[in-house]
Amino acid sequence: MPKSGPASVEFRHVTMRYGTVTAVHDVSFTIHAGELVTLLGPSGCGKTTTLRMIAGLEIASEGEILIGGQNVTRLSAADRDVSMVFQSYALFPHMSVLENASFGPTVKGLGKAQAEAMALEKLALVGLKGFEKRYPAELSGGQQQRVAVARALVLEPQVLLFDEPLSNLDAKLRRKVRQEIRELQQSLNLTVAYVTHDQEEALAVSDRIIVMSNARIAQQGSPRELYEAPANSFVADFIGDANLVEVTIDAVEDGQARVMVGPICLTLPARGLTPGPAQAAIRPHDILLGDGFPGIVRKSSYLGDHVEMIVATAIGELFVISRQTDRIPAAGASVNLSFAPQGIALVR
Amino acid sequence: MRPSTRLALLLGWFGYTLVPWYLPEGWNLSGYPFERAGTALAFVITGAAPWLCPIGLALLAATLLASRAETAFGGRALIAVGFFGLVLFFVQGFAITLPDQGIPRLAVLLGGGGAAQPGMGFGALLTLFSLLLLLCHGLAYRGFCRGDLFTTSTVGVVVLLIGVFIFLPVATILRSALVDSNGSWALGEFTDRLLSSTIWGLGCLGGGIACGVAWNTLILGVLTGIITTLLGLACALLVLRTAMPGKRLMRAMTVLPIITPPFVIGLALILLFGRSGVVTGLMFEWFGIPRSRWIYGLPGVLLAQVLAFAPIAFLVLMGVVQGIAPSLEEAAQTLGARHWTTFRTVTWPLLRPGLANAFLLGFVESMADFGNPLVLGGNFEVLSTKIFFAVVGAAHNQGMAAVLAIVLLVFTLGAFWLQQGWLGGKSYTTVFGKGDAGVSAKLPTSATVLSAAVIGPWVLLTAVIYAVILIGGFVKTMGRDHTPTLEHYRTGFAIDFSHGLFFEGAAWPSLFTTLKVAAISAPLTALIGLLTAYLLTRQRFAGRRLLEFTTMLSFAIPGTVLGVAYILAFNVPPVEITGTGLILVLAFVFRNMPVGVRSGIAALAQIDKSLDEASATLGAHSFTTLRRVVLPLLKPALVAALIYSFVRSITSVSAVIFLVSAEYNLSTAYIVGRVEAGEFGLAIAYSSVLIAVMAAGIALIQFGVGERKLGRRPVALAASAAEPAR
Repeated sequence: MPKSGPASVEFRHVTMRYGTVTAVHDVSFTIHAGELVTLLGPSGCGKTTTLRMIAGLEIASEGEILIGGQNVTRLSAADRDVSMVFQSYALFPHMSVLENASFGPTVKGLGKAQAEAMALEKLALVGLKGFEKRYPAELSGGQQQRVAVARALVLEPQVLLFDEPLSNLDAKLRRKVRQEIRELQQSLNLTVAYVTHDQEEALAVSDRIIVMSNARIAQQGSPRELYEAPANSFVADFIGDANLVEVTIDAVEDGQARVMVGPICLTLPARGLTPGPAQAAIRPHDILLGDGFPGIVRKSSYLGDHVEMIVATAIGELFVISRQTDRIPAAGASVNLSFAPQGIALVR
Repeated sequence: MRPSTRLALLLGWFGYTLVPWYLPEGWNLSGYPFERAGTALAFVITGAAPWLCPIGLALLAATLLASRAETAFGGRALIAVGFFGLVLFFVQGFAITLPDQGIPRLAVLLGGGGAAQPGMGFGALLTLFSLLLLLCHGLAYRGFCRGDLFTTSTVGVVVLLIGVFIFLPVATILRSALVDSNGSWALGEFTDRLLSSTIWGLGCLGGGIACGVAWNTLILGVLTGIITTLLGLACALLVLRTAMPGKRLMRAMTVLPIITPPFVIGLALILLFGRSGVVTGLMFEWFGIPRSRWIYGLPGVLLAQVLAFAPIAFLVLMGVVQGIAPSLEEAAQTLGARHWTTFRTVTWPLLRPGLANAFLLGFVESMADFGNPLVLGGNFEVLSTKIFFAVVGAAHNQGMAAVLAIVLLVFTLGAFWLQQGWLGGKSYTTVFGKGDAGVSAKLPTSATVLSAAVIGPWVLLTAVIYAVILIGGFVKTMGRDHTPTLEHYRTGFAIDFSHGLFFEGAAWPSLFTTLKVAAISAPLTALIGLLTAYLLTRQRFAGRRLLEFTTMLSFAIPGTVLGVAYILAFNVPPVEITGTGLILVLAFVFRNMPVGVRSGIAALAQIDKSLDEASATLGAHSFTTLRRVVLPLLKPALVAALIYSFVRSITSVSAVIFLVSAEYNLSTAYIVGRVEAGEFGLAIAYSSVLIAVMAAGIALIQFGVGERKLGRRPVALAASAAEPAR
């Protein structure tokens, strides 16, 4: 079988409707060949529907979908060169690990011996040598996940899709497996679309992230762009925590805005905003204890390597994370706060 | 055009040019390819049947599209060709039938004014199939069902089958009730028949003359429903809520009605309580109670139906009682309620929907039952027997039969609708996802005693009945002469080895036909049922709800109605199959199909849809997915559908009693004939043979299909689907 290599995915004004409900509204984006792009958003935002449209499991109501430059909008899942790792893994319970992994090639009409050779190669790649004869019910969750990945890899698809692949694993395993997926993607040079609602997972594995909200794309960019320069309050709040504070921009000069945050006057990158009301997204890590404006601690909890606090101030209640664990302010104590300027982004 | 479409087209040409178009009489192929065994092409060329020409033109048009690339125009053109081809096919079929029938004006338009044609045969069938596939493939090219040829084709085939073999017969019944013997509308006659006193008369209230059949049927149905429900409930409570001995025996009893032909119970009752029955004789000798014919009439039919259908109520209510979460009752107890209060305020209200369900099942079964009223009814007539005598009796009044069938259909559909409405509207979810470690409340003592008092005689009577069935075949005349003999078995099942193997017994031909028909129809039923279930649960297409409704509707059609509908619809061209074995197979397939659909839907609901999707993203089309992923996981449902349709094909009597012929007689019809002739010994011997055959058949199917393998760890997936859904 000729190796087709990784291919790009392009959405052009794609809309998906179920009756009167619009699940995805006028979405356009490009995933370049060999890139890992995450679709991130809260549940019900349309990210899984978008992924299923790449797979061909849903046929778009409007717009065009291109894979490797070819229009596949109307092509069924079976006719697209795309594989998917399902949230539930969707391993065939009546087939052994080897039969599961060699399902793709046998469906394509390859001989049993060749199909099994291809399956064994990919099973070895995910570290499941020696498990060929087992049935899915006899494997642990992590092993089942690897079988699902191997099965999806066997046909060396143009695009590989992951639908929340880690959601059924425990926290420690999740960290390990997401690194493995990333390494696999880079070493095999795969185009991957990855759906998750976990922003930390998205930041950890992605080349680029597409944040979705209410069936639309809220912002797309590299993890650093999204974190440091969120386009709106939704993205600021979703990617890493943020305190959203109502502010007023007094003046804009040379791309720098003069902003009053409560009693403090700050100069921040304007990012295209004009004078008037706006919001400041303040990262909890970047609120410093020490001097500055006063506040009263409402709650405080010790979490080992850091302390989380809710502090009532003149500009509202702020969520604060402090690395100073030696002296912990008790509830009711008075503290003074200041901002690290790189931790504040203005959004409209 | 894709290769499979070209294949479909080739099939059409094959049927049109090479295969005899009409059904050859007695497989006589003389004169081929002209005269009776002629092909459509030959008829068109010789001008014998010019109305077949447009169908050929449709195939020709499709051929012109064959080499074209797959474009939007091509898809649309294929849809048009397939659609108009089908329309022309059916129009000529229904317009030109027997002399002076059909639709004369349309016939003239098609060039066949005054002409007649026989019933369609294999050539026509292949051509029809091809046109249908062309239409469905065209729809797939236009993006229907995600462009999947297999799915659109299956939808097309299932819709056509249901249309021809369920919709058409029922529509024919309605029509024949509304027209007189000359074919013109006769609404007055219809109203007269519908409101006649033989149906709705209330003479029995004033004493003297009998009530109308509709009232008889309703009274019998309601009584049977109530009694079977109460018996089933008592039995379920005893088995599940007390430490009663003999529980296994009680559960085993639930299998019996499934493998017992329905009228056998009635037959055994006659042998026990008839004028010369065993019990009657003993009563006369010991207590001087005079012999009487009390068993013939409402008491006897009611008794037989209760014995036959109570296990069904037991099965339903056992599930309901099991489904009540013990924690609900424990909650009531921790809140201070005593046993009886808990039962009255928590258990009983939760049981109510199950009771309604069991009652309606008993009601519907009683209405549809034909064998017991026929054997035991005497002067007590119900709708199903009245329909039978209207068709085969001296009166031979098809219009009357149709009217009676409509009344019966309205009753059963009403009950069915009530059942759906009742259970669909209320949520009584008592089985939650979480495990429930509670212990069920014990039954209050008074309820235990009451239940045991009711159940005891019933179990005893059932045991006696089956003992009679077993022994009855081995004695000379049950009730009169109890000398052991093999005479009945010899009459029925003698085999003569003197000139090689020769099946001499009188029962062999009907037994062989029955087994053949059951063996052919069971896999067909399972196939169509499960395919329909797959379409209904896994595919989205316009009209899915309607298809679902129609399949469920056919569940409510009583066998007698279906039988009448089939002879009315398929006695004349274009589909002329009465008197053949084919009509028996078709009747069984479409009578039992809803069970296949139900068990398929239940099983598919337990198979995660992502398995199908995983298969699709790995490059498998619907058919491959169905074959390699879904079907292996559906094995329990497949077994259930196979067993159920096999057994029902053997035990069914109501639908087929109209459809059997001298050449194709079935066991049940044969046994009913023996009963009517008074040869009880042979009838009972044959019945026990049937029960044994069915038990063997069930074992064989289970062995043949095998277990579903899901790894060595047992996975509880679809255990409930293994039981025939009712």
